[in-house]
Amino acid sequence: MLKMDAVQKQLLEEVAELHDIPEGAYNLRANGESVGRNSTANIEIVSKTDVSGIDIKIKSGTKNESVHIPVVLSESGLKETVYNDFYVGEDCDVLIVAGCGIDNCGTQDSEHDGVHRFFVGKNSKVRYVEKHYGSGDGTGKRVLNPVTEVYMEENSTVDMEMVQIKGVDSTDRKTIAELKAGAKLNVRERLMTHGDQQALSTYQVSLNGDGSAADVVSRSVARDSSYQKLDLCVNGNAACTGHTECDSIIMDNGRILAVPSLEANCIDAALVHEAAIGKIAGEQLIKLMTLGLTEAEAEEQIINGFLK
Amino acid sequence: MLKLNNISFSAVDGGKSSDIIRGIDLEIPDNKFVVITGPNGGGKSTLAKIIAGIVQPTAGRLIFNDTDITDMSITDRAKAGIGFAFQQPVRFKGLTVLDLLRISAGKNLSVSDACSYLSEVGLCAKDYIKREVNASLSGGELKRIEIATVMARDVKLAVFDEPEAGIDLWSFNNLIRIFENMRKSDKSRTVVVISHQERLLKIADEIIVLADGKLVRRGSADEVLPEIMHSNYAQTICPKIEE
Repeated sequence: MLKMDAVQKQLLEEVAELHDIPEGAYNLRANGESVGRNSTANIEIVSKTDVSGIDIKIKSGTKNESVHIPVVLSESGLKETVYNDFYVGEDCDVLIVAGCGIDNCGTQDSEHDGVHRFFVGKNSKVRYVEKHYGSGDGTGKRVLNPVTEVYMEENSTVDMEMVQIKGVDSTDRKTIAELKAGAKLNVRERLMTHGDQQALSTYQVSLNGDGSAADVVSRSVARDSSYQKLDLCVNGNAACTGHTECDSIIMDNGRILAVPSLEANCIDAALVHEAAIGKIAGEQLIKLMTLGLTEAEAEEQIINGFLK
Repeated sequence: MLKLNNISFSAVDGGKSSDIIRGIDLEIPDNKFVVITGPNGGGKSTLAKIIAGIVQPTAGRLIFNDTDITDMSITDRAKAGIGFAFQQPVRFKGLTVLDLLRISAGKNLSVSDACSYLSEVGLCAKDYIKREVNASLSGGELKRIEIATVMARDVKLAVFDEPEAGIDLWSFNNLIRIFENMRKSDKSRTVVVISHQERLLKIADEIIVLADGKLVRRGSADEVLPEIMHSNYAQTICPKIEE
């Protein structure tokens, strides 16, 4: 498949579940350069001229099509910032799969900072899946600092699935969303840190139009000596509904700071936040042990289920 | 066969020791439906947890099919064929009913096999198989799923701790039906139920009465039920759940 080696293909499978060239539009980036691209009649991908990155232009009325833009880094010491802008027309229904996999077997830090901006047209529906994954046994760190900005027109819907389960040493994730009337944003973030990893995840969602709604849910697990800060903020600036939830499991010496916050600037804004942090309940372990699992197997099952 | 030899358990609370189980000797033969009953605080649930390995006895030995299991872990006892259904089933965020049944079966149980266990406990399988075992399920639904997890394991000895506790009447009638079917089943397994319920006591091959941590009576339902129905703790044994 294209000009990719086995490590890169493995990374691609982890972040985009791709075994081969995807159907539809795609842009595959490996070690800082594009190794494959395909535009379709409705989805055009063009390189930016001023900075590194691409523009993805989706025509109004495009339905049941997908765009894959995975990135893989297997070269130690590579640091890059990439700007990808998605222009989604009106009345679309599309799937966008992004994600970055870093394999670092060297001593130098590898870093990919993806800045993704989404301009979602009226009545359009976007499902966005972003997976981050790290591997390799080098001492160089694997660093990912994604920035996601979402600008939603009237009655558009964006469902975002953000997953970072393994191998990323340091991450500082920032997500900003602005919603006009009737727009709906659903975010499901899943995060697991281990070793001495650090993860910061910040959401700033502004509900600016009447009837807009956001549901931002983060489930995370901090193992070993890792640290997470989850900062989920929803601003209600109109007659809107907002819900944020941080639900976390701590293990070993893991630490988590959960900061769900709400700001209501309109009398008709209805906002709710929830946050819970705790270790795995002893009764859950005992129940699974009565089904024949060892304590370690029971722990894994509980975490896998929690982050599923 | 399960043998309890002089099993005792003492709990220490605030520096003060209290005897919960006092030297129980008991044999539970294979392929029997046994109901353990008695007043609240008599030690029934503790005894059930001692059998499953959740509570370690302070004295005595447990022998299961000629193997001394006293020092075996919960996991090893489960692998040896002992199943345990909790009085208050545990909820899991993210784990589905199918996940739990697959863990119980110890294999990648097919959806249709998983559904058959749910049907056995009176749940419409397609409505439940993908649901998370979380707070969205009612107490009665959880109880039946808990029973299904024990059935999926096909254990040699199944212990159910007060399966009727904390559920509504509609669920209760379904539960009784499940145990009646289990009683009639030709599967080779011993079922031990901790219960106050007259309808379960009636279908028991054997009733064991525990009070104050001691075994005070055992015998067939015909022998024991009339006696305990007129004992001082009859109300406790037969709460008015059906009224």
